[in-house]
Amino acid sequence: MGIGKTSGEYELIVNGSKFSISDSWLGESLLYVLRERLGLYGSKNACEQGECGSCSVMMDDVLVCSCLVLAANAKGREIRTIESVADGDELSDVQKAFIDTGAIQCGFCTPGLLVTIHDFLDSNPEPDQSEIKEAISGNLCRCTGYGRIVEAVQLVSIRRSKRDS
Amino acid sequence: MDFLIASSTENLCNLLAEDPTRQLLAGGTDFMVEVNFRHRDISGVIAIDRIKELKQWRHDGDSVLIGSCVTYKEIEQGPLSALIPALAQSARTIGSPQIRNAGTIGGNLATASPAGDMIPVLLALGAEVNVRSKSKVRQLRIDELITGVKVNSLSEDEFIESIRVPVLSGPQEFLKVGPRNAMVISVTSLAMVTDIEKKYIGIALGSVSASPCRSDEAEYFISQHIDWDSMTVQSDVIENFERLVKESASPIDDHRSSSSYRTHTVGVLARRALLRIFRLGI
Repeated sequence: MGIGKTSGEYELIVNGSKFSISDSWLGESLLYVLRERLGLYGSKNACEQGECGSCSVMMDDVLVCSCLVLAANAKGREIRTIESVADGDELSDVQKAFIDTGAIQCGFCTPGLLVTIHDFLDSNPEPDQSEIKEAISGNLCRCTGYGRIVEAVQLVSIRRSKRDS
Repeated sequence: MDFLIASSTENLCNLLAEDPTRQLLAGGTDFMVEVNFRHRDISGVIAIDRIKELKQWRHDGDSVLIGSCVTYKEIEQGPLSALIPALAQSARTIGSPQIRNAGTIGGNLATASPAGDMIPVLLALGAEVNVRSKSKVRQLRIDELITGVKVNSLSEDEFIESIRVPVLSGPQEFLKVGPRNAMVISVTSLAMVTDIEKKYIGIALGSVSASPCRSDEAEYFISQHIDWDSMTVQSDVIENFERLVKESASPIDDHRSSSSYRTHTVGVLARRALLRIFRLGI
């Protein structure tokens, strides 16, 4: 399994701050390092195989599953996690819309969905329902049935267009 | 050092020549699953996903040359999707947006899964794979590269540099059966590509044999019954065509499907693809 193999010392840039990682096993995923070494527990660990999207983060502005990123290979790349979505106590518009539409039940999938939806709405500000469903197809939610999550995305889209007009 | 980041193809050639047991990491969407589940023994890893040459593609003449680290996302959207529509269709069916942002065409080939969704398309198109090591460069057909279930013919010091994909002049289809529309590994898949000028039809199947395979006999048979000027196909030959496609499959029973369902669906896909490309004639 590569026991005893290390990735050497490396630096990660997470939410604008630099972290030095040492004494790490070669096979550690970015998700593991975020949670277990940096104490950033927002990104959730559920499947460790890219199926559930609960660990979604942005890496150099690209949405990825952090469980499928070798942590040492994130060196020099800008990582943004769910912890960067709110501005202090001020929730983001997507977070507010999740609350307003009741898109949260157990909450385990919520961080991954929020990261995914922020990314999606940045590239597609006025999506239709089928585009929303395809965009969140990599984020599993076993509680809601997705209806209110889709509504939340639509609500953000409407609020943003009203704000901008 | 157990972990290295290759800076160029030249650098990668040297790193592999130094120690050919080092493993290559591209998008990580297969590799990291095996690491996370402790199914892969990693003693040395070279990340190749920052090598600029491998992340580019270009259209020259009647083909496109795609670097092995071009992602599914880039193939699914943008100019490549217009040049190789069936490859774009197959890319869109792979995993989720997160997976498609990371996974690469070279990884899909090197992993050599029977269910690798790009493989039937590349087979049907007659794509060639450029393989490189410090000592030599060689070109392989897809069926020369992929030799068994998750087995490829690369030697330890070789890597996939690029894939040359012919640009054809006719409609293309990629169809896939799975339990749902997203995040699904194929139960069956089928690629059908045509070239109107060359009067060519290529058909290949996924998930119904140890490696994706061509349906040569079905291709030859149906090509005798196509009118390329009107893009029609004789209606009374469809059943025979479907039978020949089914006969080219050699599926197994596994946790994803029974072999009989795979045989059935590959026939359905063949008929469906044919009738999306051609109209029924007399």
